[in-house]
Amino acid sequence: MSESDNGHFEEYMFVSGHTACAGCGQSLAARIVADCAGKNAMVANATGCLEVFSTKAPESAWRTPWIHSLFENSSALASGMEAALRYLGKIDNTRVIAQGGDGGTADIGIQALSGMLERGHDVLYVCYDNEAYMNTGIQRSGLTPLTASTTTSPLGAKMHGNWRNKKPLIEICAAHFIPYAATASVGYIQDLQRKVKKALSIRGPKYIQIHVPCPLGWGHDSNLTIDIGKSAVLCGLYPLVEYEFGKLANVFKVPTPKPINDYVKAQSRFKHLLKDEAALKSLQEVANKNIEYYGLNK
Amino acid sequence: MKQFLEGSFAVAEGAKLCKPGVVSAYPITPQTHIVERLADFVATGSLNAQFVNVESEHSAATVVLGACAAGVRVFTATSSQGLIYMSEVLFNIAGMRFPVVMVCANRALSAPINIWNDQQDAVSLRDSGWVQVYAENNQEALDFVLQAYKLGENPKIMLPIIVNMDGFILTHGMETVDVPANELVDKFLPPYKAPYKLDVENPMSFGLLGDPTVYIETRYALHKTLEDCLSMIPQVGKEFEATFGRKGLDLVELYKVEDAKTVIVAMGSVCGTIKDYIDTQREEGKKIGLLRIVSYRPFPKEKVYEALKKIPKVLVLDKSISLGSEGPLYTEVKSVFANKKPKVSGFVAGLGGRDITIETIKDMVDISRKKEVRCEFLGLRPELLKEDFYVGI
Repeated sequence: MSESDNGHFEEYMFVSGHTACAGCGQSLAARIVADCAGKNAMVANATGCLEVFSTKAPESAWRTPWIHSLFENSSALASGMEAALRYLGKIDNTRVIAQGGDGGTADIGIQALSGMLERGHDVLYVCYDNEAYMNTGIQRSGLTPLTASTTTSPLGAKMHGNWRNKKPLIEICAAHFIPYAATASVGYIQDLQRKVKKALSIRGPKYIQIHVPCPLGWGHDSNLTIDIGKSAVLCGLYPLVEYEFGKLANVFKVPTPKPINDYVKAQSRFKHLLKDEAALKSLQEVANKNIEYYGLNK
Repeated sequence: MKQFLEGSFAVAEGAKLCKPGVVSAYPITPQTHIVERLADFVATGSLNAQFVNVESEHSAATVVLGACAAGVRVFTATSSQGLIYMSEVLFNIAGMRFPVVMVCANRALSAPINIWNDQQDAVSLRDSGWVQVYAENNQEALDFVLQAYKLGENPKIMLPIIVNMDGFILTHGMETVDVPANELVDKFLPPYKAPYKLDVENPMSFGLLGDPTVYIETRYALHKTLEDCLSMIPQVGKEFEATFGRKGLDLVELYKVEDAKTVIVAMGSVCGTIKDYIDTQREEGKKIGLLRIVSYRPFPKEKVYEALKKIPKVLVLDKSISLGSEGPLYTEVKSVFANKKPKVSGFVAGLGGRDITIETIKDMVDISRKKEVRCEFLGLRPELLKEDFYVGI
C-alpha cells in the first residue's frame, strides 16, 4: 500500500507487504490491535510467526516502534520499556503492548507474563492463540485443544491427537487480580476492537487472548478464517469473556449453542473425530463445560 | 570522598553516580549486596530510578534490554547461575547493540552447587559479544562501572559490558575506596543519548529476522567493534585519569615484567596475591613479574605478545576450566605464541572458591621449573581423587 493509494495510510500501524499466509488470523488480529492502539504505542513482540512474517530484515510492516528480543520474554521486554517510559515521564502518553503466540505466552513465556502482571506494569499483553506452535511446524502447545492432531500429538494406533485440555490461561491471568483480562476472536471484529480499546483505556496490566484461526496449521480453506472463528464461539469451544479485577464481568452470550460438528468438520486437525465418536464426545464435553461454567446460554 | 566500603557497596555507589534510569536484578549470592544497596538508594530517593524487582535473571536482563532500547541508561548485576540463566538474553543484547552495563560477582557453577568464587561464569560467556573487564580491587570495580558506560555508550561502539569482580573476595571484602564527586562523574559521563531507540516520534523496528543474506555481517560488525575496543579502552582509561587523577581502564597491567625471567598471567583479585608474592621473590633476587589481563574481551593479543615475547617462561593461572581442553586463558595466551618462544605453561586453580594462596603460586612456579605443562591443576586434594569420586558428590 502506498500513501497515494489510500488516504488513510497514516492511520494504519501494521501495513501490507509482510509474508503471512493467505487467510492468516493472526496477521488480521495484529493489525486490529495495532490500529486500535494508534501512533502513541510501542510493541514488544515474542518470537513466532508474527515476528518472522512481519520483520524480515531489512523490511518491517510496523509503523509503531517495535522490538523483538526472544521467545519467552516479551512481557519482561515490555516491562523494561514501561519502566523507561515511567522514568522519562512519558508513560501517560504512550501505550505499551507486549504480544506473542500461544506457545510464547502459555508455555515458555508464562513466568515472565506472571511477573509482569504481578508487578503491575502498565502494559497490554496480547496472546494470539492459534492453538499450536505454528512457526516451527504445528507442534502441540499448552493451548492446543483436546483431541487436535498436531505434529507432536499425531494420530496413531496408540495416540489420538492431543490428550490434554487447553490450559485455562485467561483464568490464570485473571487470578492475578489485574484490572482487565478478556478473550476475543477474529470472528468478531467489533467485539475485538471494543476489547482492545477498552483495555488500552485502563491503566495497569491487561491481558487479551485472541482466537486466531490458522489455515495452514488447522487445515482449513483460507477463505474460512472468520467463519471458523465465529463457529468456535458459537459452539462454546471458545467462550468470549471479560474479567475485571479477577471477577467474571461479561460474557458473550450464545443463546442456542451449536454442536461442535460443524466446527470440527471444516478442519483437518479434527478430521479423525468424524470417525471417532468417543473423541468427538470428549471435545463436545469441553464445549458443554464451557457453556455451563460461563453461563453462555443463560 | 574516601570511604571504607565492601566491594558490593563500592560498585553500587559507582552505579548510582552514573544515574541509571532503570535498574533491574534478581537476587543471587554473592551479588545481593549490590542490588540491595541500589534498592536502598531508590527507596531513600538518592537515586532517581525505576527499580524493577523481576521474577528471574532472564527477565532482569530482558527488562534492562527493553529499557535501554527505549533510550534510558540501565544497570543490572548477577552471578553464576544467574549469569548463565541470562545467557540467552546476553547474546541477544550484544547482537542488538545496546550498551547495557552489568556487574558480575564471579562465582562457580553447579554442580555441585557452590557459592564461592571462581571465574567460570563470565568466562563461559566470552563468546557472547559483551566486553568483559576484570577488576583487581574494589576501587577498580567502582571505576570500571563509570568507564563501562563511557565506553559502551560511545555511538561508534554501542556494546554491552560486564564488569567482573571476584565474588566474596571483592564483593564482601572491605577496602578504602575513593568515591568520586558527582560533578566530576557528570563531567566524565554525560547523560546517555541513544543514537537509536524506541520512540513514537520516530518509529523504528528492532530485533528483525536476519536470514543468511544478512546474518554473518552483523556478527562481523560485532567482532570488528570489539576489536575497535582495543584502542577505545585505553582511550577511555586516559580520559578517566585526566578527570579523576588515578589510573583508568587499560587492556593489561604489567607488574615488574621488564626484566622478568618468569611472568605469571592472571585476571582479577588473585593478582593482588601474586604481586605480594612477586615482591617477596624480588627481595630474594628472583625475577618474576605479572601480566594482568584486564580486558578479557576483547582479548589484547598484541599487548600480550609484546609483553611476553622475550620472557623465557610464562605461567598462566586460570580460575576456570574449559572442560575437556584446558584453562581458557592458557589457550588464548598460548595461541599468541603459536610456534614461538617462550615456553607457555597453563595452570588451573581456585575453582569453586578454593583459596589461591602464596603457597599455590609457589607450587605453580616450582612445577614450571621441572616441566612445561598445559593444564595443571593446582592445590588438588589427592585423598579425594578416588575412583568413586568421579561418579559425583
